[in-house]
Amino acid sequence: MEGSLSTYWFVIVTLMLAVYVVLDGFDFGTGIIYLFAARSDVERRTVLRAIGPVWNGNEVWLIAGGGLLFFAFPKVYAAGFSGFYLALIIVLWLLMFRGLSIELRSHVDHPLWRPFWDASFAVASLLLAIVFGAALGNLLRGVPLNAEGYFFTALWTTFTPGPEPGILDWYTILMGVLGAVILTGHGANYLAMKTGGDLYQRACRIAQVTGWLMAALSVVAILATALVQPALRRNYDAHPVGYAVPLLGVLALAGMLYFRRRERNVAAFLASSAFIVGMLGGAAWGLFPNLLLATKDPAWSLTVYNAATPGGLEIGLVWFAVGISLVITYTVYVYRSFWGKVDLSSLEEGK
Amino acid sequence: MASALVYDRLQFAVTITFHYLFPQLTMGLALLILYLKSRALWTGNRHFNDAARFWIKLFALSFAFGVVTGIPMEFQFGTNWAKFSRYAGGVIGQTLAMEGLFAFFLESSFLGILLFGEKRFGPRVHWFAALMLFVGSWLSGYLIIATNAWMQHPVAYAVGADGTLHLTDFWGLLLNPWLVWQYAHNMTAAVATGSFVMAAVGAFYLLSGTHPAYARTFLRTGVVAAALASVVLIFPTGHGAGRMVFEHQPSTGAAFEGHFHSERGAGIVILGQPNMETMTIDNPLVIPWALSFLIYERFGAEVKGLDTFPRDRWPDNIPLLYYAYHIMVGLGTIFVAIMLTAALLLWLGYLYRARWLLWIILLSAPFPYIATTAGWMTAELGRQPWLVYGLLRTSEGASPLVSSGNALFTLLGFLGLYLLLGLLFIFLAFDIVMHGPAVAGTRKAGAARKPGY
Ligand code: HDD
Ligand code: HEM
Ligand code: HEM
Repeated sequence: MEGSLSTYWFVIVTLMLAVYVVLDGFDFGTGIIYLFAARSDVERRTVLRAIGPVWNGNEVWLIAGGGLLFFAFPKVYAAGFSGFYLALIIVLWLLMFRGLSIELRSHVDHPLWRPFWDASFAVASLLLAIVFGAALGNLLRGVPLNAEGYFFTALWTTFTPGPEPGILDWYTILMGVLGAVILTGHGANYLAMKTGGDLYQRACRIAQVTGWLMAALSVVAILATALVQPALRRNYDAHPVGYAVPLLGVLALAGMLYFRRRERNVAAFLASSAFIVGMLGGAAWGLFPNLLLATKDPAWSLTVYNAATPGGLEIGLVWFAVGISLVITYTVYVYRSFWGKVDLSSLEEGK
Repeated sequence: MASALVYDRLQFAVTITFHYLFPQLTMGLALLILYLKSRALWTGNRHFNDAARFWIKLFALSFAFGVVTGIPMEFQFGTNWAKFSRYAGGVIGQTLAMEGLFAFFLESSFLGILLFGEKRFGPRVHWFAALMLFVGSWLSGYLIIATNAWMQHPVAYAVGADGTLHLTDFWGLLLNPWLVWQYAHNMTAAVATGSFVMAAVGAFYLLSGTHPAYARTFLRTGVVAAALASVVLIFPTGHGAGRMVFEHQPSTGAAFEGHFHSERGAGIVILGQPNMETMTIDNPLVIPWALSFLIYERFGAEVKGLDTFPRDRWPDNIPLLYYAYHIMVGLGTIFVAIMLTAALLLWLGYLYRARWLLWIILLSAPFPYIATTAGWMTAELGRQPWLVYGLLRTSEGASPLVSSGNALFTLLGFLGLYLLLGLLFIFLAFDIVMHGPAVAGTRKAGAARKPGY
């Protein structure tokens, strides 16, 4: 009974974080291409307008997903957050800079003020996308948990995965690069949906190019993952239906390239989102029931069975059901309210 | 080199104190903005709408800083307080997750509409967005205080087979008796901050002879709200919070009152310096019997002094605790004096010309921030040596494998970053205030100063 309850929570937390990556992911992507794609002040304000009303809400998926992880799997929250201590605090600083860049850039009309925040927005977005990719890499590769259920990893050690890995090694760096490329394309697809004119043309081109890059890198990453963490194959071997999840991702990527060429902007963006969900879902399928894989002794891994809160999870399901319905309601409402392309002319008039 | 625990504690204290500077203003202003928007909707008077628009700009600024400084708070439970998170996550994870789900989504969704939606969606939707922002921010206050109240007075939990805690009663957690008083008191304090700031901006414009119509609205609204809030802060809410402490954490109460020895008919210390060597108050100024009366409503009641408790249950920094508490209460008394005088002069129709009082109101704007910070120091230092009162000591809660060098590095990083952010906020807030409420339709050049991108 408790086992199946905690499985629901595994699914809930995974979905919350997947939605986070899809939604905040396009904010990161727009940030990464911001300096190249948007050249004039009006174009830059258009980009910020395109994400302005939603970016904070997107970030809340991380906060709420983290809170749910904390509630359902406190041992994982404790081990993971303290184990990745430095990386997470650096993530925090980057998130702070990124948020402030978006909010403060247009406050002051001075030739030094805006370029500063522009650069800070772009750099923070790029680094965050890399770090999030690397974080996924760390989860897949495993971490050096000890018998008490804690670990601490340095930012880097020898750059090779092993029983005492650092946060960055060749594998997690590969995943970081993949993360950045995927989110770049995702953000470009979002901008293509939300903008017009030259900005639109550039966004389309970036989305097209990164689409092919994504396909190539994904293949490399999947091979590398199979090499670095063979345990992830176990679920796939036991339940081959699981292949459907990453397969959907692959189809979505093909769909994205197809729609991109036909300039079906909304469809391309949705396909790009489905690709991300498919990839993350595929990873989750491989990880289950593990939440944190131990590199030193598989018995020390934190799983859905040994890391869940011993009680009260059913109470949580009730308020979660109510809460998530409300959240979906306003999220839909907000996206619909700001639907459509951002109007450049109203920005030019200074409205 | 100090142990990691010291840096963990300092880092949490610095980051939460800094974070709380922003939500207290947004929660207070959310109520006042809702009032202005409601007046505008009811009376159809554009003036109130323009007044609200000005405050929405400051609100948005403070909100943005609140958001970016809030995220580190949630992360730090895991990064720096891993053993505490592991132990108590099954309970406090609930209120933290609910805060994200029920409050932060609401706030962030409707802030966009409040900032960008006035033309697009019309006055009713815009008013509704102000309402939702008020609900969202007060709800996030509620849920986070529920978390803190549980740490002060744990309820509704059970110990599982693995020794960690989990929740047994949803409503027990959300209706914790400690929470009721703490929330009422804390939100009143947020209203005090918002209304002191509003009154101060009004006083500033009146004194400098700019924006006279807005100045009067701001001053009037601010003074009335601040007078009400200041009174409610002392009674019933401050009094109620104090009684909770004496009921459930008697050693804490004795420590912040500077009450060293058990006594019948205990007096209340107004001024004086606690002397930990002699266990007395130096230079005391005491109102006899008052403490017994305030707590038990009997002048002769016995109030337990610190000497009745074993030393390892004493809060570990009693003098700082004592000063924090006395600063809060002292400022609270001064606030009542200032704002009741201002309200009286307002009623007599003399306030707008009373320059001496306008100066006082202007200069008093920072003090609610000081009082709330002192209040939180009272609560948090008072809880020591416990992280979860009576269950988990602070020394047992920190992350076991984060070394002190790593913790010091991030502490220094936060200090530097927050120094910069603080300067930035002051600069931008000053810029908005100097720019003043733009008269709608007449100022194109000011467009960049509008909230937005
Ligand atoms: C404008 C700010 C302000 C003012 C004037 C006061 N307070 Fe306060 N007080 C707060 C702002 C605050 C606060 C920041 O809101 C706290 C911190 C924790 C909390 O929930 O509220 C608090 C906490 C707090 C506590 C600690 C509760 C605990 O340990 O959890 C007590 C006993 C009091 N207050 C009592 C008073 C009394 C008797 C006051 C009479 C003048 C008073 N406060 C004025
Ligand atoms: C509302 C939710 C809050 C929670 C859950 C919370 C929790 C904590 C925790 C975990 C610590 C570190 C352990 C310790 O030293 O006791 C701490 C310390 C501290 N917190 Fe809070 N806190 C909250 C709110 C606040 C606020 C709003 C402030 C101030 C504005 C504050 C001020 C402090 C201070 C000053 C310390 C340091 C105490 C010391 O080192 O002895 N707290 N709190
Ligand atoms: C340890 C304690 C705390 C944690 C973990 C925390 C967490 C957070 C987070 C993650 C955000 C950003 C939300 C977003 O992205 O929209 C935030 C903002 C906010 N927090 Fe905190 N917070 C803490 C203490 C407090 C306290 C004590 C209060 C008030 C009583 C408070 C009230 C708010 C409000 C109203 C906001 C919205 C932004 C703003 O108004 O500035 N928080 N908090």
